Amino acid sequence: MPIKIKVVLPTAFVRHTDGQKQFDSAATNLPGLIADIDQTFPALSTQIKDEGGKLRRFINIYVNDEDIRFLGGETYAFQDGDEVMLIPSIAGGCC
Amino acid sequence: MEYSCSAYELKCNECGRRFGNRPLSGCPDCLAPLEIVYDLEAARGTFTRQAIQAGPFNIWRYAALLPIPEGFQPDLPVGFTPLIRAKNLGKRIGATNLYVKNDAVCFPTLSFKDRVVSVALANAQKFGFDIVGCSSTGNLANSVAAQAARLGLKATILVPADLEPAKILNTQVYGARLVRIDGNYDHVNRLCTQIADEYAWGFVNVNLRPYYAEGSKTVGYEIAEQLGWRLPDNVVCPMAGGSLIRKIRKAFNELIYLGLVEDKPVRFFGAQATGCSPISQAVKQGLDYIEPQRPNTIARSLAIGNPADGPAAAKMILSTGGWAEDVSDIEIVSGMQELAETEGIFTETAGGVTTAVTARLYAHGRISPDDITVVCITGNGLKTTDAISGQYREERAVRPRIADFDEYLRELDASTEPELATAGASLAY
Repeated sequence: MPIKIKVVLPTAFVRHTDGQKQFDSAATNLPGLIADIDQTFPALSTQIKDEGGKLRRFINIYVNDEDIRFLGGETYAFQDGDEVMLIPSIAGGCC
Repeated sequence: MEYSCSAYELKCNECGRRFGNRPLSGCPDCLAPLEIVYDLEAARGTFTRQAIQAGPFNIWRYAALLPIPEGFQPDLPVGFTPLIRAKNLGKRIGATNLYVKNDAVCFPTLSFKDRVVSVALANAQKFGFDIVGCSSTGNLANSVAAQAARLGLKATILVPADLEPAKILNTQVYGARLVRIDGNYDHVNRLCTQIADEYAWGFVNVNLRPYYAEGSKTVGYEIAEQLGWRLPDNVVCPMAGGSLIRKIRKAFNELIYLGLVEDKPVRFFGAQATGCSPISQAVKQGLDYIEPQRPNTIARSLAIGNPADGPAAAKMILSTGGWAEDVSDIEIVSGMQELAETEGIFTETAGGVTTAVTARLYAHGRISPDDITVVCITGNGLKTTDAISGQYREERAVRPRIADFDEYLRELDASTEPELATAGASLAY
């Protein structure tokens, strides 16, 4: 049965998505989502991936508030209704 | 007094693109953090020993190499904290040339965050923000709240819900709007990036971050000046996001470039709590990336499981021949006690981490006893008293009579010696 996830983007990315801050995807995992972005928003794909085709290390992926790396990273299977957020990493903390 | 500084602007660490001066958290192209770069050649005429020494005894003596707007008139004497020779602590851990840079007494809120916030809020005003904010593990919250109050700015501050009560109170007292988030610092940080995206607020550690981080450089400038315009052999620094340790090195490099100190290799050592040690683990494994962790330590001000500056900090530490270590919560408490008992400095848990790691670095031969080593203490123990509550017994009240006092002393002598032998003993690092 096909699933639907909601993908949420920061404002910095919307210049590559015709102003869309979120879109739906039927991807079942992270590689599938990246492939979906490749297809639908090629300019965004260029921004979030480095020259080697890997996700840039300054981007974090969250699934329903949790860092995807704690859920198994690329092996995590998206569930129907998941909210997936792409957020650039930022600094902070005591020092 | 009005200060002028050298020309500066934002530059991407990765792709090198420049962005002038504006509130911007990362490179719009490659998403990497932005850094302030200066016209160092122009600074040769203004950033001199003589000019610095003629300035006030606070961070504004280094204004020529801080990103502050034209015409800025600071009136808070932040920084220029003591650098003390730590002979007693040195004796205990086998160091003969040990110094403590004590930002537990930094003005106005007793942590090194006062430095970064004063630079950040100068820029917040320049950029026209009426509301400023931050995500914080406590010290930053205190500092933003206090300095915003003085500048007449509104402050909205987000913190993990389980923050130390003293740090929460120390934010609320200044009239800041405090929002407790049900999550750890990384959750709070993520939310703040989204808020900064939606609201026109000046978040000191998001869209004002490049300016904010530059305030940390003043720790490095002060260390060099207080050592008589020379650099130490080693610096031991606590790490949360991994920013401070890099900025101290940036300060040293600028001083070398401008001829204010003699060029020499300085090794950098990072300190973390084992319960949140992503940068330390990266250093130990020689990784150029960070494996995020779920924090679980009493050192909450260092509890950042996914530090943005972590990869750069780990790389920098290794490139200088330094190292990183992490210590348990028990060792952290012991570190707090040792610094207090030997040098009269009551530091927060982060300082306990740094002290305990320093002891281990000497014990493991990572630092030679005679090296000039500076340990950076970044916050005050009065903010984290819960970490050491229960460590000391509650004394009974004594009647105001000399006979009762004599009796009390006899009781004390009889009962405390074995106890002290256990509780006060140094840990075997």
